[in-house]
Amino acid sequence: MLSRTADNLYWLGRYFERAENTARMLDVAHRSALISRQDVAAADWGSVLGISGTAKSFATKYDKADARNVITYMVTDLENLTSISACIRRARENGRALRGSITSEMWECLNETYLSLQGKDYDHVAASGFSGFFDWVKERSHLFRGVTFGTMLRDDAYHFLRLGTFLERADNTARLLDVKYHLLLPASDAVGGVVDYYQWAALLRSVSALRAYKHVYREAILPWRVAELLILREDMPRSLRASFREIDVLFGELRTRYHRDYECFRLAGDIYGKLRYGRMEEIFQGGLHEFLTDFIRRTANLGKQIADDFQLAA
Amino acid sequence: MREPGGGLRPAYQNLETWLTLTPKEEFDRVRSEADLLFRRLGITFTVYGHGDTERLIPFDIIPRVITAAQWAHVRKGLEQRVRAMNAFLTDIYGNRDILRAGIIPEDLVLTNKQFRPEAAGVTPPRGVYVHVAGIDIVRTGENDFYVLEDNLRTPSGVSYMLENRVIMMRLFPELFAQNRIAPVDHYPEELLNTLRAASPSADPTVVVLTPGPENSAYFEHAFLAEQMGVELVEGQDLFVANGFVYMRTPAGPARVDVVYRRIDDDFLDPLALRQDSLLGVPGLLSVYRSGRVALANALGTGVADDKAVYAFAPDIVRFYLNEEPILKNVPTYLCRRPDDFKYVLDHLGELVVKEVHGSGGYGMLIGPASTKAQITDFKKRIQANPGNYIAQPTLALSTCPTFVKRGIAPRHVDLRPYVLSTPEQVRIVPGGLTRVALEKGSLVVNSSQGGGTKDTWVLDA
Repeated sequence: MLSRTADNLYWLGRYFERAENTARMLDVAHRSALISRQDVAAADWGSVLGISGTAKSFATKYDKADARNVITYMVTDLENLTSISACIRRARENGRALRGSITSEMWECLNETYLSLQGKDYDHVAASGFSGFFDWVKERSHLFRGVTFGTMLRDDAYHFLRLGTFLERADNTARLLDVKYHLLLPASDAVGGVVDYYQWAALLRSVSALRAYKHVYREAILPWRVAELLILREDMPRSLRASFREIDVLFGELRTRYHRDYECFRLAGDIYGKLRYGRMEEIFQGGLHEFLTDFIRRTANLGKQIADDFQLAA
Repeated sequence: MREPGGGLRPAYQNLETWLTLTPKEEFDRVRSEADLLFRRLGITFTVYGHGDTERLIPFDIIPRVITAAQWAHVRKGLEQRVRAMNAFLTDIYGNRDILRAGIIPEDLVLTNKQFRPEAAGVTPPRGVYVHVAGIDIVRTGENDFYVLEDNLRTPSGVSYMLENRVIMMRLFPELFAQNRIAPVDHYPEELLNTLRAASPSADPTVVVLTPGPENSAYFEHAFLAEQMGVELVEGQDLFVANGFVYMRTPAGPARVDVVYRRIDDDFLDPLALRQDSLLGVPGLLSVYRSGRVALANALGTGVADDKAVYAFAPDIVRFYLNEEPILKNVPTYLCRRPDDFKYVLDHLGELVVKEVHGSGGYGMLIGPASTKAQITDFKKRIQANPGNYIAQPTLALSTCPTFVKRGIAPRHVDLRPYVLSTPEQVRIVPGGLTRVALEKGSLVVNSSQGGGTKDTWVLDA
């Protein structure tokens, strides 16, 4: 396989996953805003920009972070690289260059998703009842992963596609938790205080973890337990640890296949070790925000190292 | 389809029955199904390139039939021609015996734009220059086959030959049951064998080098790479180090032994050839010259398919093989010769005039079909630069029944078989790409000029 092909696959995985995550963030903002006071609702929409790191570029185009502006910017704006339309378009462009490496079912899924998104704007999202549209994006992403899982040869092409998926997912869950956790934690209360059940439920739902939380903990939603679920639980598919377990497995496959050790394997192993053997108490002692900031930085470094090691950008 | 007396050529009997017995509505249905299939394939193809801008080449559902005897004749002729051309290229980049023997004027070869001084004194690995040739031939009588052009650089169109057959088998399985038609679908395998044989290595790595998705033949490059199971690379994917060519892979550099390049000589290596080329690989030529990578086709084959050199093809066959040419050459007037120049200017109304380096049906004059103004204009062009033009009489090309707006009518066809060469042998998949001039009376079959294609049947004896 060519490095250019690996690069296309890796970014195809990242872009489709990012589109799904953007839909999840918008969905949680929408659900939270429904049950919030107006000033809090504004913070909900603003937090979407905070999580995706687009607050600055958003401010150059819009005055106010309300539902219409944020959804327009995060769904349709092709200049915004985290918008759903931009992600799907770039995923499709990568897929088009990969016609020899992906199955026709995968291509059709990509192409149909892209075509269906043409001309979709805020009014369309509103007409779908908001969540209807976000659910559709999630479904397309589920479908793409499922088609990939069900049809693609398990060679290194498959591994690079999955690598992009999980690196993107780890980064996004960390960002989501970092921004939301402190937004929802009442300023006066220490960890463990009384919190707004609905807001926390919306956060959990955005990562499809509400039922999982109830099943695992069988108690009221406690912020530090939410953090634990999304950071350290290996059985929670969108957690940091679960994402890095997948990366660890993928790197194991690549190590066997290429008979080589790369620096990125070591970096990923280091991060995974901290998630695997870490304790929540220690994380809180050092500060959750500090931990997540460090995690996001290390994950970005890992991304750079992957590009270097595999010569992804020729 | 018919003999000179009007009788049906036996090879077409099954087809005639089929054309007569099948109701018109059925043909209409099948033709729209064919369109649909092609559009679907076309979409598959165009997505490689740029959206919907890629044009589909019209496809005619009536096949062109070649008898086993005719094919045996053509095949022998093609083998002979390509062997002679390989010998010619070996010679002019080596000893230049043919020039010293005075068979071909020296300047016609050595000052030819397609002659590559960089290739002089370099023997390609395993000695073959033209691994893949697409020889354009036409038929004028039962066994009278003429070569129109040799196409020894990067001939395209073979993917149409393969796709046309796939479509025909899907549309008319019963025809394939009734007739014994030689298969063509092993072409990619034969091509891969040919490319592997271009390298001295025991287990060579082959790649297809494409200019990229912007190129009009990109789908064919991708198609052939996929069919052969080799990497489709662009210039940026390859690099030169330690005297070898490598491709970038996530597992580290992987050595490349054979480059089936679908880019022109000029663009291969910005260090040695055109410096503004972004398509090529810096240093590729130095590796080629040291014999550590094979280019298919080799550097500098264009000098042998030049339209002026074409005039000497029969002499080339005789000189190297000591045989009489099996395929005929169209009599060719070289305007660089004073006698020919005078004759051409006096007979422009009956001749076809072509630019020496032209291709794709551009820059030519078809005397009988031209206006006085066009002829006068061309006369001036020839007078300004005689060496740039050759002229040939028009041929009475064979026709093949073809669907046109008003039903079925005869249309002129040509044939491009694809000839694969290794040091040991020359191989040809039976048939080739049949191109058809869809305009009544037109002799121009080029797809860029509105020509179409047909499936080509070589009947087994």
